[in-house]
Amino acid sequence: MNTKINFAGIEMKNPVTVASGTFGYGREYSNFFDLSKLGGIITKGTSLKPKAGNKPSRVCETASGMLNSIGLQNPGVEYFANNDLPFLKEFDTAIIVNACGSSIDEYVELCKILNTLDIDGVELNLSCPNVKEGCMAFGNTYDGVKQVTSKVRKVLDKPLIVKLTPNVTDIASIAKAVEDGGADAVSLINTLLGMKIDIDKRKPVLANNTGGLSGPAIKPVAVRMVYQVSQAVNIPILGMGGIVSGDDAIEFMLAGANAISIGAGNFINPYTSVKTVVEIENYMKKHKIDDINDIVGTVQMN
Amino acid sequence: MTELLLAELINKQQLKSDIFKFSVKAPNIVKNAKPGNFIEIRVSEQVEPFLRRPISIYNLDKENGILEFIFQVKGKGTEILSKAEIGAQIDIVGPLGNGTFKYESYQNIAILGGGIGIFPLYELAKSAKNDGKNVNIYIGFRNKDLVMLESEFKEISNKLVLTTDDGSYSQKGFAIDYLEKDINNGKIDAIFSCGPLPMLKAVQKLAIEKNIPCQLSLEEKMACGLGVCLGCAVKTAKSTIENPEYWHVCKGGPVFNAKDIDIS
Repeated sequence: MNTKINFAGIEMKNPVTVASGTFGYGREYSNFFDLSKLGGIITKGTSLKPKAGNKPSRVCETASGMLNSIGLQNPGVEYFANNDLPFLKEFDTAIIVNACGSSIDEYVELCKILNTLDIDGVELNLSCPNVKEGCMAFGNTYDGVKQVTSKVRKVLDKPLIVKLTPNVTDIASIAKAVEDGGADAVSLINTLLGMKIDIDKRKPVLANNTGGLSGPAIKPVAVRMVYQVSQAVNIPILGMGGIVSGDDAIEFMLAGANAISIGAGNFINPYTSVKTVVEIENYMKKHKIDDINDIVGTVQMN
Repeated sequence: MTELLLAELINKQQLKSDIFKFSVKAPNIVKNAKPGNFIEIRVSEQVEPFLRRPISIYNLDKENGILEFIFQVKGKGTEILSKAEIGAQIDIVGPLGNGTFKYESYQNIAILGGGIGIFPLYELAKSAKNDGKNVNIYIGFRNKDLVMLESEFKEISNKLVLTTDDGSYSQKGFAIDYLEKDINNGKIDAIFSCGPLPMLKAVQKLAIEKNIPCQLSLEEKMACGLGVCLGCAVKTAKSTIENPEYWHVCKGGPVFNAKDIDIS
């Protein structure tokens, strides 16, 4: 039985990765299990300079999910390279850095630095809904996405994945911009912009008023978008959005995802990602599937 | 070391209509936890409610490996938890938090608590008393109906002041005012506190004015409890509008030095 995949040039022992912002830089979860069991780790969104993040309250519970407005708090790429990367390198798993910036120049500068580091790939974050500049500001038009992607492509030799926001009218056209910009893969979905109101205070619960919705509540939206994107582009897809089990992961792969990420699912159970690896294998045994790559995109539409 | 555990519920006590005390078998957590640590509980195997609920530790029974926590029913999650029956397996991650109460270097300590904020102070008081400290406890409640755990706190203190805001039971007024009198009489080396935000702000101000070391246990909405999601941010004292700086209740706290944080 083969669970190995080659995702946009990145060798992974299985298709299970952990989503940016839900796994830090791995340290906390390494107390629970051997990180080498994962196909890959996508780091917390990392910027050129440290970012303080947004005012609290930053998170709240919603129906079968949660809202967050962290605001990309991170220690900056230099700190990452000196302190977190050496730790991550102790494990046999692909390391993909989620890169965020507030201008095209910043994305380019950051990716020049990332190109020199011993990492397996870069996930370009064009989709954070919680910061005023950059990210989603570039991520919601074909031209914006293509422009950033192609400029980063010129300075980055490593596999380039671009992460899409679902907060757009036509996700397929945005994915096409990623492909046309020269990226190696696309990942989706980031969180859906949402809001929760405290009815006693008549104020939004989050200090930033709005936040990104994640968790099982968004899974059907994510599966639909992965399918649509799979019909529009020829580059591999990293699918995510509410996955908490092997069954969920298989659903994304049938829809067209070559690999998947566990996001908010890490919060409710520290073992969700490794449990998903085992459950995928169980599905393969049950359905007599020799190679996990064989199921990608095999959903038979009505 | 933090672990995920299915802990058997061996005793359950209803202290008030909406307040429950649970005793669970959790020998490793009990062994590893320090006063001020907390746990996170998943109340459903399903994804609704979704997130774990952070709950403070009330008592660590080291001899029997029993962990006790007290919680108020505030929403759907704690309501489901309150209905767990004896023998149930409670899904716990813990102990959590790196910032714990550090009383070792002080002899005369003051413990100030308000309302449901008194729960994490019990293990602190008990440990300090066992270590031979002079433990002065000041706990306040809004009124007589809300008073709880009086005899428990009395037993582990050298002095207990219990107040109600309206004077319907014991001393009238705010617990912090009684603490201030003892500070003025030079009887207090350090303050440890947990309770509603206005009380924490008042004790922070008092401690800084009187130049007395003070440690506060904070609460903030959180998801992971592990320092990963960065949800439970608290502003540092150095933080400015131009250069904001945040720590996290789950990772740096939940207990912080009062002078290091901005809770205004």
